[in-house]
Amino acid sequence: MIRFIIRRVVVSIPVLLGILFLVFALARLLPGDPCVGALGERATPEKCALYNAQHGLDRPIPEQFAVYLGEIARGDLGTSIEEGKPIGDLLIERLPQTVELAFYALLFALVVGIPLGILSAAKRNSIVDVGTMMLANLGVSTPIFVLGLLLAFLFAIVLNHTPLALPPSGRLSPGAEAMPLVEAWGLEGLGGPPRAIIDFLSNIYTLNAILRFDWKLLGDTVRHMILPAITLGTIPLAIVARMTRSSLLDVLGQDYIRTARAKGLKERLVIVRHGVRNAMLPVVTIIGLQFGGLLSGAILTETIFRLGGVGSRVFEAVNGRDYAVIQGFTVVVAIGFLIVNLVVDVSYSYLDPRVRLR
Amino acid sequence: MLDAQEAMQLGATPQTRSSGLWRDTLGSLLRQRNAVVGLAIVVFLLLVALFADVLAVHGPDDVMLGVEPGVKKRDDPCIHLLGCPAETPEHWFGTDGNVRDVFSRVVHGARVSLQIGVLTVGMAIIVGTIIGAIAGYVGGFIDDLLMRLMDVLLAFPALLLAIAILTVLGRGLINAQLAIAIVAIPIYARVMRASVLSVRELDYVTASRALGESGAGILVRRILPNALTPLVVAGTLGIAGAVLDVAALSFVGIGAQPPLAEWGSMIGAERNQVFTAPHLIIFPGLAITLTVLGFNLLGDGLRDALDPRLNR
Repeated sequence: MIRFIIRRVVVSIPVLLGILFLVFALARLLPGDPCVGALGERATPEKCALYNAQHGLDRPIPEQFAVYLGEIARGDLGTSIEEGKPIGDLLIERLPQTVELAFYALLFALVVGIPLGILSAAKRNSIVDVGTMMLANLGVSTPIFVLGLLLAFLFAIVLNHTPLALPPSGRLSPGAEAMPLVEAWGLEGLGGPPRAIIDFLSNIYTLNAILRFDWKLLGDTVRHMILPAITLGTIPLAIVARMTRSSLLDVLGQDYIRTARAKGLKERLVIVRHGVRNAMLPVVTIIGLQFGGLLSGAILTETIFRLGGVGSRVFEAVNGRDYAVIQGFTVVVAIGFLIVNLVVDVSYSYLDPRVRLR
Repeated sequence: MLDAQEAMQLGATPQTRSSGLWRDTLGSLLRQRNAVVGLAIVVFLLLVALFADVLAVHGPDDVMLGVEPGVKKRDDPCIHLLGCPAETPEHWFGTDGNVRDVFSRVVHGARVSLQIGVLTVGMAIIVGTIIGAIAGYVGGFIDDLLMRLMDVLLAFPALLLAIAILTVLGRGLINAQLAIAIVAIPIYARVMRASVLSVRELDYVTASRALGESGAGILVRRILPNALTPLVVAGTLGIAGAVLDVAALSFVGIGAQPPLAEWGSMIGAERNQVFTAPHLIIFPGLAITLTVLGFNLLGDGLRDALDPRLNR
């Protein structure tokens, strides 16, 4: 097992270097002088020479790449051109919202998608099956931005003044505020990484509300989370439902299922105990593959619902031509994606020992 | 392998026995409900794109203000047959913020989107096939290098990488298509490489080599035909993905630029009006969904039809 993990990590290293080189190359290929990009109207030849020397832009490319690798290793992701803030700080501020959104989207996809898939497989070719698969096809074909806008219209305008009305934007109702955890716990003096971690957790509002036993805030933030989570979760939901169905149908055709039925086990138990358990492996892989889509989708979802996560920051950066932010975020997201895939591979090999032997 | 084929032929009905691969495929495609729906949608879209000039009542960029009496910005849909008062100018899908006929824009958008899908996937398939063929045929270090390169491209969330590429290329529809094509290359490279690997050592390839056929000749004449079916499946599904991704880039504002009647940018331009004029989101949105659904269903159907293992 450990040898498998080590081998898997070693294989990832060239890919990681490739990711870093690609983003580095994109940054160097940017149209226009980087110094003009950074200094704007204040750029003069003298100032540019100084800027280039300061940022090592007058050095050979391999050396620049080495310097860049060093910066990444130290956690220095560059500075936002628009805000002048370090991109690392922006991430601590913004990432919790995206993590929270992606978590609830995935939760929605799994909690609804897996039972739907099981039901479809168990009642193959029934109305339930045909209907579910039609919805799944529709789900993967509807653009996130269309679904999001239409859900917002439906729940905020059409269903306004009914119990089903839901807020179409923001994380909290006007006036509501999530008290930072450091304040609630009297830890204002704290600094360094522990502080960063607590601030990060504090910015995940549902977690914040639970940790402070603030049920009113919890209700409010959950209500704001429903529409974005459904919007972002619909595509993974459709994929998970389809995968669960086909994987379970595969398993239900196996000999041991016939044995289980032959010995008189109730159909329910056959499906739940012998079928579903064995059918979940491919679903786990599929879940791992959803992270890229979730992050792509978060750019659109957060923009539509005016949530201040990483995704909407990318959107702002696109419009403000803040390339530093796009590249800094791209690196972090790609590395995160790589790690998630690593974890999925390893957990998969744990669940199915045959994978390790290949 | 041979046994399986013989068994299939024995089991097949007399009409299909003598026909070629593509006729067989069409036959089994037409036996699947989903695939038929997909094919119908795609044919419908092709017809709409082809006859856009006839179907559209107005030009896609024609501003109605001052041309038609009583027309307003973001008018609701109005169809006289369905009881819309006769004095209101008829616009089936309403008008947009620039007082253009949304129906005409949606119809012309079919042309834009089909061209986006085919062109984007075409670029990705050409480059991907070449990379995959070289990797699979040459093998060794070159194979490792090219495939790790593909892994790097796959390590990014597609939309984010496309945005990063667009910061370099600059905004615009052509560049957006290029960015999405680059992001999609690994899919086709992998499909092609797998096909090459599966037939590289087969006897008929060895025979061609013994007869003195060049490497390129073997690749094009002996190996490529075998890779065609998985490429067609991946390509059809790829068109759906490309339409969706380019629309997303246009929605964000870095793909198609106004005034081009592209569905994603139409929605992007009016997204803040969703509460007051939802028709500006609904109609182009339905158009994207229909297109993507059509190619998805057709792609799934083709996969089932072309993969004999799934034939029931």
